[in-house]
Amino acid sequence: MPKVKVDGVELDVPNGATVLQACELAGKEIPRFCYHERLSIAGNCRMCLVEVKPGPPKPQASCALPATEGQEIRTDSEMVKKAREGVMEFLLINHPLDCPICDQGGECDLQDQAMAYGRGGSRYHENKRAVTEKYMGPLIKTQMTRCIHCTRCVRFSEEIAGVDEIGALYRGENMQITTYLEHAAKHEMSANVIDLCPVGALTSRPYAYEARPWELKKTLGIDVSDAIGSNIRIDSRGREVLRVLPRVNDDVNEEWISDKARYMVDGLVRRRLDKPYLRRDGKLVPASWNEAFEAIATLKPGKSIAAVAGDMLDCETMFAAKKLVGALGSSLLEGRQTGMDYDTSSLAAVNFNTTLSGIETADAILIVGSNVRAEAPLVNVRLRKAVKRGAKVFLIGPEWDTTFGGEFLGDDLSKIGDLPNHVWETIRDAKRPAIIVGGAGLGRGGLEAALSVGEQIGIVRELEDGTKWNGFNVLHMAASRMGGLMLGYAQKGGLADIVAAKPKVLLSLGADEVDYTRFADSMIVYIGHHGDKGAHAADVILPASAYTEKAGTYVNTEGRVQWSDKAVFAPGDAREDWTILRALADAFGVSVGFDSFEELRAAMISEVPALGSEGLADYGSDLPAGGGSASGQIAYPVKDFYMTNPIARASATMQRCSAELLHGEEIAEAAE
Amino acid sequence: MADRYIEPDTPELRARWGNFAWTDENAAKAKDIVARYPEGRQRSAVMPLLDLAQRQVGAELDTQGWLPIPVMEYVADYLDMPIIRVVEVATFYTMYNIAPIGRFHVQVCGTTPCMLRGSDDIMAACKARGMQKGHTTEDGLFSLTEVECMGNCASAPMVQINDDNYEDLTPERLDAVLDALARGETPKAGTQEPGRHTVEPLGGPTTLKEMVSENHDYRGEW
Repeated sequence: MPKVKVDGVELDVPNGATVLQACELAGKEIPRFCYHERLSIAGNCRMCLVEVKPGPPKPQASCALPATEGQEIRTDSEMVKKAREGVMEFLLINHPLDCPICDQGGECDLQDQAMAYGRGGSRYHENKRAVTEKYMGPLIKTQMTRCIHCTRCVRFSEEIAGVDEIGALYRGENMQITTYLEHAAKHEMSANVIDLCPVGALTSRPYAYEARPWELKKTLGIDVSDAIGSNIRIDSRGREVLRVLPRVNDDVNEEWISDKARYMVDGLVRRRLDKPYLRRDGKLVPASWNEAFEAIATLKPGKSIAAVAGDMLDCETMFAAKKLVGALGSSLLEGRQTGMDYDTSSLAAVNFNTTLSGIETADAILIVGSNVRAEAPLVNVRLRKAVKRGAKVFLIGPEWDTTFGGEFLGDDLSKIGDLPNHVWETIRDAKRPAIIVGGAGLGRGGLEAALSVGEQIGIVRELEDGTKWNGFNVLHMAASRMGGLMLGYAQKGGLADIVAAKPKVLLSLGADEVDYTRFADSMIVYIGHHGDKGAHAADVILPASAYTEKAGTYVNTEGRVQWSDKAVFAPGDAREDWTILRALADAFGVSVGFDSFEELRAAMISEVPALGSEGLADYGSDLPAGGGSASGQIAYPVKDFYMTNPIARASATMQRCSAELLHGEEIAEAAE
Repeated sequence: MADRYIEPDTPELRARWGNFAWTDENAAKAKDIVARYPEGRQRSAVMPLLDLAQRQVGAELDTQGWLPIPVMEYVADYLDMPIIRVVEVATFYTMYNIAPIGRFHVQVCGTTPCMLRGSDDIMAACKARGMQKGHTTEDGLFSLTEVECMGNCASAPMVQINDDNYEDLTPERLDAVLDALARGETPKAGTQEPGRHTVEPLGGPTTLKEMVSENHDYRGEW
């Protein structure tokens, strides 16, 4: 713990801290462009200059200077002030004065720091450098004249994303940041470079010229595009969600989000269900709410009612539906739309037990049936970190480009019980072994077989430092999955049990992946927000709210309970899901025991107390023994990363990503 | 330097260079070069390999050689490294030509010492022969570039042509060198001043004169 003095105040800083970090600990703001906590240190912007004694009598770049015992650091001296002004002047030599037409305006590091640390005017009369625009794909808009060469984007793509696709060509004044031959950046996390860019060189293409940051209402939300529950900030103006940005949460998404989470929001205004529909003579025709409710109620389903939950639902909606179905005397609830029937009697066995941040510390990881990059890009980032720390990764399933290496053992589930010797020895002897079972590995005995491997190596153990380690992980893909399982949305036989029960009425809560041909005799009531597969099969459509249009509780794949707020109102006649279910209860003439959202939430929490507090739900650490054998070819469920849910399928941006990045279509640049 | 740009990636370029591969001789050299670096650091060989590739292209075209995109990709592939890292290196160092070039790459130094010693005349002499900065003459023989200091200030002005330096130039001496090159001869590299061998002082030593023939102790004279 070196002791340093910052502006005369003495303080202890952790070993290995830099001078910049020491200054931050002392509460001093150090301007910076290239330095970023999660990236390697580059030290090339020179904005963080401070005066350090002992040392040469000149300003030093604090981001790259280790803090050592007895240093005297000054951030307020005349030398520092002049140094900052000088660096800022150099940076602005070639930076265009186009803030009024720049999308970064108002949230630009360069703008803010020029105001705070720059000198008032420029002494530079020569022409400024101009750099041609670079094409970086459908998500990233470039304006490279504004680039100040901080290389954050280069370091992000190399270090975090693991795809070397952005680089700095040429040298000196002519340096240019570009992707190779201006190919589109092909990575599920590529748009994070937009947040990283301290200036307006890389901006969001879909959001270009849409709004200024100060016009936007900022709502704290939870992403539902995968089961990670990324913390997001929903920026809206009026009734429209304009963009989604990540929030920092080191336990969940650090400060990244996937491109899908960020850009599917333009799908929120397309293909929306904004009024109720009824199927008359085989055609869906608009109807009033009353007509729709009557049509359902006259069927008098009694006990013959079931609910299937979609992938993006909040717990409140599922709980309200459970209450409604329960009030009618049924317990037919299911959330695993594709018919999976793995055992859910122990939630610990289907949870991501290491936690998302914990997987970074694992030293041997066996991944069964998961294309992590497509199913949970943020977990892939964590896996990369684990490998960088020395973890060995083995994968069972068809090969995919992992970005972290790893050894593929074969694509048949039977491999779980038949691990090659070196793999077996590695995970057996590991201090922190972990198993990740993905969607494609859960069924056909895969979960049980993986549990049995875990049992044999003692995957639940006490570590040397006395902490508990549970390395058994299931990586889900649906934001609603863990919440649904906590609320009992699982039948023993999966969806097949619901099919076998032949319910008169099937409540489809935004369930778009169900094969509805199996419910030919049921009246399908679709309560959802997009005219997607579920709505096509529906007999009655009740328009509901998307995740940005309602408050809700979500549980991510590690069992982390998180609350999301309502950002905007649903369009047209659409209502919040729980109010629809509450009104349906009236139509059926039953009581569900709540009249307001607060009462609903209170009832839910009293039934499942774990949903009452934010943070990890405790499922215990006793894993079932597992056993049996698994077999069958593994086929990953995500065929198209950009098209996994109805919002993304409705999004023009996601469609373009899918066409261009995955299917290689040439998309002509629109004339701007 | 500002007009340095990668030759665009066209179908013709792909067709011409798409199947670039080491010649047998260069394959052995490449293996040798890679072996100089420790295990896991093979990427360090990118610079000598790019040079080797440039020379092979040059031998094929009978020019100084340059690095078409497919050739850079071949090197990236050979070292199993991302292509963008190779392009970064190739575009950073001006010794790698990233666009087609002539048989002789005439690099005229224009930095202060050379300028004071008449590099403007050298440049004018080049231009008088029909060369243009950044261009290759029509016969494909000479490409002209103005460069910064090459470290031959003691024998300024100088030009570098491919791997050799020609120093102590006058327009006439330069013409002689270029004419010889054009005829396919190999003019003497280094200083063109008659009687001078390297960069020793013209007209004999001006300092430490007593040291010429024997060891001399100057300490008493300080």
